[in-house]
Amino acid sequence: MDFILLSILKTAIAAPVLLGTLAYLVWIERKVLAHVQLRMGPSRVGPHGLLQPIADAIKLLTKEDFIPSYVNHVYYWLAPWLALMFAVTAISVIPIGPIVEIFGVKTNMGQADISIGLLLILGLTGMGVYGIALAGWSSNNKYSLLGGLRSSAQMISYELPMALAIASPLLIVNTLNLREIVNGQAGYVFGIIPNWNAVGGLQMFSFLIYLICAFAETNRIPFDLPEAENELVSGYNTEYSSMKFAAFFMAEYANIITACSVATTLFLGGWHPIIPNELGGQFIPTLICFFFAGVLFYHALNPARPSDRLSMGVIGAIILGLGLMFQVPVVKDLAQPLFWFASKAGFLIFVFIWVRGTVPRFRYDQLMRFAWLVLFPAALLNLLLTAFVVAAKSN
Amino acid sequence: MLEGYLPLFVFLVLCIAFPLAALLVGKALRPSVFAPAKLESYECGIEAVGGARGRYSVRFYLVAILFVIFDVETVFLFPWAVRYKQLGWFGVAEALVFLGILVVGYVWAYKKGALEWV
Repeated sequence: MDFILLSILKTAIAAPVLLGTLAYLVWIERKVLAHVQLRMGPSRVGPHGLLQPIADAIKLLTKEDFIPSYVNHVYYWLAPWLALMFAVTAISVIPIGPIVEIFGVKTNMGQADISIGLLLILGLTGMGVYGIALAGWSSNNKYSLLGGLRSSAQMISYELPMALAIASPLLIVNTLNLREIVNGQAGYVFGIIPNWNAVGGLQMFSFLIYLICAFAETNRIPFDLPEAENELVSGYNTEYSSMKFAAFFMAEYANIITACSVATTLFLGGWHPIIPNELGGQFIPTLICFFFAGVLFYHALNPARPSDRLSMGVIGAIILGLGLMFQVPVVKDLAQPLFWFASKAGFLIFVFIWVRGTVPRFRYDQLMRFAWLVLFPAALLNLLLTAFVVAAKSN
Repeated sequence: MLEGYLPLFVFLVLCIAFPLAALLVGKALRPSVFAPAKLESYECGIEAVGGARGRYSVRFYLVAILFVIFDVETVFLFPWAVRYKQLGWFGVAEALVFLGILVVGYVWAYKKGALEWV
């Protein structure tokens, strides 16, 4: 009974956090892209455009939702639902921290802690293809159909090297439970280099292949052929409007979060700090917070516009308090793993946006050739090499 | 055993309910003005010519078939990877045989031009 209550409580905490992250990821993406292109980005709704996601949500909720007469109604309704459902459910098995004890209750940080976590994520993200393929087909629109087909072909092609790239760190950690995968990466080589799979575990090549495939799986630039707007209008979601369109949008961002979290868990040591705690790793979160607080206080003292004096000061004070919180004995055990996990996953998400601002789009034949003739053999070779090295080490 | 999966189902219920709630709440808020143009499929403002149920490249089917073959292979690799350290050198030999057969198939598909996208 306690267990049911606990999981409901966790869901009640996770759901708003997740929704907020999804909404503000759009803001972050627009802001970063804008600065890459020397623009301001959203700046009208609220200070620094911070209320923009809320305005967008209200707009999408109150937009007219019309359905063209030629669509196949059942699949047309089902598609956005499936896409969003699979994308969000996959996040629930990701561990954001070790097993902790709060008020005498022992629990894992994260929703479900199951023995086949990684397989479940692979399965659910694979099911995401259904949402897109069904949307493309049921819309009964040439652009949608082409977008849906391209997207399905691309996603299944890149799933192969991705699965192979995931299999090679599995040779080292030997488990499918995501929490134990992170535990297997604890410790430091020579006491200083983190024993993460992508660093001390020498799996940087798998990490690179995984990251490239993650770009393709989430339909992001340079692999965003499904919604290449200059040839396919908007691809599979051309005929969707209002909340159904928003569902596809949220599913895409949820997929990005999943991909980055899995990369963090598998290759970047999850919640383990970059420097051993004995060598001062536990003070890094505080120092980073103090640094940002300092920058904000500087801007509060030298405001670019009058309102900055207050807003920058308040946000700076909050971040300063956050930095101190990382050293409070009880809160520390909870907040430090969270900090490390969030900063690694956050950095990867930033890389996703950064790439979007930098790299042009592939041509479709180049994209498919790259998957089958470059990434697949490379991932296979990498797996065999890892197998030999691990066998030589352990026998 | 079930306990591990329970939070997953709680989450799943939420994921099923949320889009439904969003659609229903929106229905009360959003306008619905009928216009015949809204029923047409969108092709950049030009009247649609022909349906979307036409033919498309056979390459897409080919990719799907290749995917099924090679994806089954990766499914077999996962249990092998999880038990790898117990298997020892036997595991290496097994993988070499298994992947060897697969590479032969891959090379054959390449020679036949199935992997080229023209």
